[in-house]
Amino acid sequence: MQRRWRKLKEALIEALIRLCGISATIFVIGIFLFVCREALPLRNNQGFHLTEFLFSIQWYPTSELTKHYGVLAMIAGTFSVTLLAMLMAAPLGMGAAIYISEFCAPRPREILKVLVELLAAIPSVVWGFAGLTITSRIIVRFTSADVGVNLLNGAVLLALMSVPIIVSLAEDAFKAVPDSYREAALSLGATRWQTTWRVLLPAARNGLTAAVLLGFGRAIGETMAVLMATGHAINIPHSVLEPVRTLTANIAAELGEAPAGSTHYQVLFLTGVLLFLITFVVNLSAGLVIRRERRQ
Amino acid sequence: MVGFRPRDAVWNLAVLLAMAAGCSAYRGHRAETLRIRGSDTMLILAQAWAESYAKVDTHVAVEVSGGGSGQGIAALLKGAIDIANCSRNIKPEEGAEARANTGKDPKEFVVGCDALAVFVHHDNPLDEITINQLAEIYRVGGSLSLWSQLGARIPAGRDRIVRVNRQSSSGTYEFFRDHVLGKRDFQLGSLDMNGSKEVVDLIASTPGAIGYSGMAFATPAVKVLRVSPAPGKASFAPSAANVLARHYPISRSLLVYTLGEPRPSVQKYIDWMRSADGQRIVADIGYVPIATGGKVTANSCSGAGAN
Repeated sequence: MQRRWRKLKEALIEALIRLCGISATIFVIGIFLFVCREALPLRNNQGFHLTEFLFSIQWYPTSELTKHYGVLAMIAGTFSVTLLAMLMAAPLGMGAAIYISEFCAPRPREILKVLVELLAAIPSVVWGFAGLTITSRIIVRFTSADVGVNLLNGAVLLALMSVPIIVSLAEDAFKAVPDSYREAALSLGATRWQTTWRVLLPAARNGLTAAVLLGFGRAIGETMAVLMATGHAINIPHSVLEPVRTLTANIAAELGEAPAGSTHYQVLFLTGVLLFLITFVVNLSAGLVIRRERRQ
Repeated sequence: MVGFRPRDAVWNLAVLLAMAAGCSAYRGHRAETLRIRGSDTMLILAQAWAESYAKVDTHVAVEVSGGGSGQGIAALLKGAIDIANCSRNIKPEEGAEARANTGKDPKEFVVGCDALAVFVHHDNPLDEITINQLAEIYRVGGSLSLWSQLGARIPAGRDRIVRVNRQSSSGTYEFFRDHVLGKRDFQLGSLDMNGSKEVVDLIASTPGAIGYSGMAFATPAVKVLRVSPAPGKASFAPSAANVLARHYPISRSLLVYTLGEPRPSVQKYIDWMRSADGQRIVADIGYVPIATGGKVTANSCSGAGAN
């Protein structure tokens, strides 16, 4: 009797855990379908053209004359701010990871790791506020920028926000390199720097690529900080000192005001679908890179 | 990741319960709640009114939130709120939607006047601007993009005009588009802020910036320009006297809307807002009262030069 009861309990717990396991998948698919469903009525909308949506910078969703729904400037804004952020975050994060995993003594290493994780715990609205009140004023003071809330300001914040992810993942990648590699290099007379540069970096290459890609995914989806710090201007930037608007910030700023079911509302959901596809491609390529590394 | 901690959960629950208890204690002797939403321009005024009204009528609690005039009207049409604050007139299609959805017409009450103030950085040497110049700065294909075209020299060699604007659900944005740009579209590339305070803060830290908002948001950190209705005509500062005398060209009514005839408690609140007591608060906040000497004088505040 007791054994049967225990068996039943085991089965129940197993089912529960399985449900937890697949729930993430269910949520992701569910959210994607919901976002698509809200955007779907655009198929039969006379005032909307997919080519205009993707290739026009004209964004006039509430015009009294003719409404236009082009998000090209925001696509450019999203990619420019994210790429600039990665140009700063990737070397910084790699350097920090190399130091933490290869050069640091054990005790400071633990302290550094905790601090890096703390950096990841700062809420994005706090970053945004810092961007609005501190870095933007520094930029106006020391550069020729017309306005402090601009592409550079947003990219600096995004870089600082994605550094913790890059550091932890890159550190894991270095840790995954077998110690026999290091021992072999040292026994051949290589210095520590030569070992790091010539042996560890090539060996951890795939893990490092994945770290940067996941940092990229983190940065591209960021909303609050870029809404506050980039100036929220529809503009294809010609220099890093010009204000931009990102896809995420545009959704955040306008979804609340767009009447449910209107074309404006549906276009904002279509922007969500676009963002979903972009992050999906980025994360998928990161996943593929990691898998290739495991197989090697 | 942080695991589940029973002690935290207990604390959270305790805080929640305390909040709930606090709310019910606050509402305990208030039989009715008036829900008000809308204009960001009017938010500070609506909050001050709600606070004072708590002493006038102890049976009614007033809840106020912002979000923009467009959101207020949208919520009113859904029946989610009792009063919508609006810093522009209701649009014909919004009125039509109200009739189609509820069979009722929105009813309009003027509760104050505002002058749309135009701000620049306090180091900007410019003192006055015409409506036409404002339109040329902000509209699509406008001819003004440099401060030197207006005869102003900005320190540190920054000549480009940085246009600060509002998000498109803002009543202030729509009023500016309709009355300054003549319903033409804004030029893309302006910095679109989500509130009047953000507009003023950004201009205060940006040497080449220009922007606009309700007059109550003016601070010593920015310079308020005098506005002239046309080239060669006298320019006026956005003051109470210039609004009442209809000299200031971009003044507007601050409005509230109800869906159909308001119920007695709502009507009482609106009457109180328009009374001498309510209008004193309008002046305290920095807008222009419609009543002088206890008598309501204006049903509309639009300026002489508004088109």
